[in-house]
Amino acid sequence: MNARSFPLPRYLALFTVAVLMLYPLLWLVGASFKGNAEIFSEVGFWPSRFDFGAYAKGWKTSSEYTFATYFLNSFAIVVPRIVVTVISCVLVAYAFARFEFFGKKLLFGVMVATMMLPLIVLRLPQYLMFKQLGWLDTYLPIILPSAFATDTFFVFMLVQFLRGIPRDMEEAAMIDGCNALQLLWHIIVPLLKPAIISVVVFQFIWTMNDFMGPLIYLASVEKYPVSLALKMSIGATEEVEWANVIAISVVALVPSVLVFFAAQRHFIEGAASSGIKG
Amino acid sequence: MAQLSLNQIEKVYPNGFKAVHGVDLEVRDGEFMVFVGPSGCAKSTLLRMIAGLESISGGEMRIGNRVVNGLAPKQRGIAMVFQNYALYPHMTVYDNLAFGLRLAGTKKAEVDQRVRQAAQLLEMEHLLERHPRQLSGGQAQRVAVGRAIVKKPEVFLFDEPLSNLDAKLRASMRVRLTDLHRTLREAGQPATVVYVTHDQVEAMTMGERICVLKEGVIQQVDTPTALYRQPANAFVASFIGSPEMNIHAAQLQAQGGGIAVLLGGVALPLPEAKAQRLGRRDGEIRFGLRPEHISAAPRNAGDSFAVPGTLRTLEHMGNEVFVHFDIGTVPMTARVPSDELHGLQDLPRGAAHAFHLQMDCCHLFDADSGVNLLL
Repeated sequence: MNARSFPLPRYLALFTVAVLMLYPLLWLVGASFKGNAEIFSEVGFWPSRFDFGAYAKGWKTSSEYTFATYFLNSFAIVVPRIVVTVISCVLVAYAFARFEFFGKKLLFGVMVATMMLPLIVLRLPQYLMFKQLGWLDTYLPIILPSAFATDTFFVFMLVQFLRGIPRDMEEAAMIDGCNALQLLWHIIVPLLKPAIISVVVFQFIWTMNDFMGPLIYLASVEKYPVSLALKMSIGATEEVEWANVIAISVVALVPSVLVFFAAQRHFIEGAASSGIKG
Repeated sequence: MAQLSLNQIEKVYPNGFKAVHGVDLEVRDGEFMVFVGPSGCAKSTLLRMIAGLESISGGEMRIGNRVVNGLAPKQRGIAMVFQNYALYPHMTVYDNLAFGLRLAGTKKAEVDQRVRQAAQLLEMEHLLERHPRQLSGGQAQRVAVGRAIVKKPEVFLFDEPLSNLDAKLRASMRVRLTDLHRTLREAGQPATVVYVTHDQVEAMTMGERICVLKEGVIQQVDTPTALYRQPANAFVASFIGSPEMNIHAAQLQAQGGGIAVLLGGVALPLPEAKAQRLGRRDGEIRFGLRPEHISAAPRNAGDSFAVPGTLRTLEHMGNEVFVHFDIGTVPMTARVPSDELHGLQDLPRGAAHAFHLQMDCCHLFDADSGVNLLL
């Protein structure tokens, strides 16, 4: 590649693409300081004044709860869901990657096939089932399915990662006296750390952004997560103060962005360490 | 410390492939036993069966007085050093050593004492706080050995532990491991060792006894000297020793009152002692002679037999020279000290020269089975 000898055009191209990709985000941040008139008339993202009023107003919302409630609700869904996802997916992936059992190939095939299934197909039967269980208007229908490793993409990802790890360390640990569960806890989980962190990040972002699940299962406003509350702040009757909606959208992005950047370091650290000399 | 005994041990894989064919072997208490053989001879499989990492399809295996066929690795009282060390990357060296002891519920003070003792023995106290990725190959190797030592196992298993090191380090680790075995013996805690390698030099230098394997069958179990002097068959003869023994098809024929070996059109008279031990007087055989038993000039002892040869190439090793030549059309290699070349180095390629074969060191093998006919 001779691109190395012409760094300037390369950086220019990369910069242009980066700006193109980031512009909507920059515009969003800029627009949170603008009034309705300015939002719809100005092209540039730089606001004429910096007024944090929209953030304060947006935070309060038009309902009786502030966004503090909605954020707490979101975390009340996200945190347990991540915990059960990691536990169930690691267990299932461990079984698929390291044990021989009857029908393993078929079961793995079925599991991968469920990835192809449009989620919308499951909505109606699941809704009816959870209704029978009396779980409507609780977080259980959103959290509990993940406790059974139904996020098959994560299982698939972990299995692939585990297949890439040589078995010698596990054999050494077996000789050191580990049983299957100790092996999982002391050896596999630390080795899987980078993959587990990606599971956490993806599940965090996807669950934070999930709109359909909460919309279908939650009825009372006091239980709404951020995604639903955002929609609610675009009132149907009164005229919308767009700056308020946009300001709170910016705030809603912060957790996902923070989680992503916090995890980035661990991806690299985890991938670079290996006790095997090849 | 314990003896290890294998009785008719077999390994058959689910696809029907039989990797190990009824192996019988006794490893004595405190003995350094080496399994050696070319790749695919099932030496590693056998070791993994002793470790409990591979199931045993048939036969009985005992460690000490216990039958261990169905026991899990941790119940067998063994420790293993892997080819790629298999250190736990997320733990410090200290934790790597202590891991097995902690799992066994050993008291903290004793864990500490045993880890430090092992570290001292292997001169790696300064490495204890490091992580495996901060270690060089040789250091990681020592940690892997240390992890085995702290457990005070009944049997140590080594799976080609030096093959990832460079030649120089390998040579020094070889001495170190042999030394360690002696040290442990003198300290009153002799270690029974089973050591797998494909390198015959490692086998010869380290093993007190060597087990030569080929395609899942034991060829010979003996001391290094015995393997070298009295190989049981042509395979062992060619596998042990470097450069390889010259082994070629030849015919026996009566000559005068004795027997001669017809090789490349030359009749080599067989010494009386060997001829008497040989049960036959004619027919096809395989003739074997080690390169060091061929010299460029008559031996002072007068026990060599001169043969006309055609010079091909010389390989200079420094203190000695490997001389490649032909007897008729049969290629031979001689190993000659560099000060006993007697002008060979000045001869052109294709020149004729009389080589002197030490016939009382020769070996005769059966043409079909390869069995040594002189044992």
